[in-house]
Amino acid sequence: MLDDFFTRAILAGLGVAIVAGPLGCFIVWRRMAYFGDTLSHGALLGVALSLLMQVNTTLTVFVVSSALAVLLLLLRRQGTLSSDALLGLLSHSALAIGLVCLAFMTWVRIDLLGLLFGDILAVNRQDLLLIYGGGVLVLALLAWIWRPLFAATVNPDLAAAEGIKPERVNLVFTLLLAGVIAIAMKVVGVLLITALLIIPAASARRLSSGPEMMAVIASLLGCVAVVAGLFGSLKWDSPSGPSIVVAAMGIFIVSLAPWERLLAKRDFKRSTNP
Amino acid sequence: MNAMEKPALSGQDRQAPLVRLERAGVSSGGRWLVRGVDLSVSPGEIVTLIGPNGSGKSTSAKMALGILKPSEGKAERKPGLKVGYVPQKLLVDWTLPLTVRRFMALTVKLPDARILAALERTGAAHLMRAEVRHLSGGELQRVLLARAIAVSPDLLVLDEPVQGVDYSGEIAIYELISRLRTEIGCGVLMISHDLHLVMAATDQVICLNGHVCCRGTPLVVSQSPAFLELFGHRAGAGIAVYQHNHDHVHLPDGRVRHADGTVSEDCAGEHCDAPHDHADQAHDHCAHLDQGHSHAHGESCGQGHSHDHSHHGHSRDQSGAPVKETADAR
Repeated sequence: MLDDFFTRAILAGLGVAIVAGPLGCFIVWRRMAYFGDTLSHGALLGVALSLLMQVNTTLTVFVVSSALAVLLLLLRRQGTLSSDALLGLLSHSALAIGLVCLAFMTWVRIDLLGLLFGDILAVNRQDLLLIYGGGVLVLALLAWIWRPLFAATVNPDLAAAEGIKPERVNLVFTLLLAGVIAIAMKVVGVLLITALLIIPAASARRLSSGPEMMAVIASLLGCVAVVAGLFGSLKWDSPSGPSIVVAAMGIFIVSLAPWERLLAKRDFKRSTNP
Repeated sequence: MNAMEKPALSGQDRQAPLVRLERAGVSSGGRWLVRGVDLSVSPGEIVTLIGPNGSGKSTSAKMALGILKPSEGKAERKPGLKVGYVPQKLLVDWTLPLTVRRFMALTVKLPDARILAALERTGAAHLMRAEVRHLSGGELQRVLLARAIAVSPDLLVLDEPVQGVDYSGEIAIYELISRLRTEIGCGVLMISHDLHLVMAATDQVICLNGHVCCRGTPLVVSQSPAFLELFGHRAGAGIAVYQHNHDHVHLPDGRVRHADGTVSEDCAGEHCDAPHDHADQAHDHCAHLDQGHSHAHGESCGQGHSHDHSHHGHSRDQSGAPVKETADAR
């Protein structure tokens, strides 16, 4: 079964979508979309460094993204530039440095488009192992810090007052995010990872009445987007990574229109006969 | 403080303080937000911080909670202290689907029965399935308080627990707070604008204005010159309700200064037997408004209506005094 490249692609996509759902919810709740973008742009720098130093790509990407995240937290604490300016600065600097490094390495022939937009059809067994192994680890850690992380998301002061260390759970969450970027890079590429994190979560919002429910629905919608996008790319011969994002966007649009009215009706009922 | 020597207040043994600040202060960007705060809260004790905006009430509470590290001085908490905290503000973004029930179990897992019991105590049981971001200001305060008490905390920290709550609800909540400290024996650190209502419930009042400007029992504080300096001559502000009771000040030489600034030899019949009468007045006030409350209920009309009623009662009672801040906030 795993011999077929398309099956492998679907499995890889599903694995990434399942992990991306809950993390994406936190990105949406915490308004960290641009933060995720910055980390994933840093991934390109990670790829360049791994080629330069001949070390494992996934690991290097994880380390570089994490380092970027920590650097960002430190710079933010200094409070000189505003958060979004810092993010823009780091994000595009990392992307540019990565591209410059790659261009200097004339002995390396690399598919730049594959890095930027993903190369899901070239996923091999090793990649699958990485996606599922890493994915399980990320989800397990996320489940472990779920309650404190959610509390710190709702109100950091309240969480801190009642015995949670917001800074610590934030750090763990950031590392998990870097981990997801490292394993998802091959599937959708550095430019589109944030889309896979955010769009399913945003679509799930209208369909959910609780945070845990939203996380599960985001995973499911991500899976639907992966399957639809991959079959679409097979049928119309479109690039697979972007096709997945387009499918996710389609789901988001569908989630917008009819559900709003349905939910409004339910709310109305609840308020009239309590 | 010499808590050990004090007679037991509510039949309970006073123990070591739950939390203690010693000469604590926080500076930010080269400015002292608050400095030299000494305070301690013991089990079963209610300590209230009052002071104008920006006087460091919330900052002091946050130091006590460990949210802010003091830049100078010490903040100590009893190890393993269980805290229930009602923050001053809670904004829930649209992107966050959060029901009251899930919100109640925010920092610790709680069985449904416990959640419901806590909500019932604050009169918010009917909100169990509502979304937090749809709650009105007063409803949110009740839910926040319910969440804080659901864990049976050792220490309750309440940052303006009645903001946006209607007047009769305010009294009910203050009564609940003073009942809780006897029932679960928790210490309470409260921040309030409104000394008037807090008076009956609190053991110690600390008046802040960037530093501790006076402290003591509510009656001592309410007569302290520093307190009057801070609040007494400000018209129309939060403590105006309070000023209404103190429409004249006894000067050191025995003369009386009236609200309009005139000074006379005595207070011409408007005098009240200072400390006692004040407290009584406060009680009177409560009783009267409770009436207004039950009246509104009896009518079994919509909630908004009953609010109106108690509200009217309130402003009537103030006899022309400016409507207080909490009412405005709605």
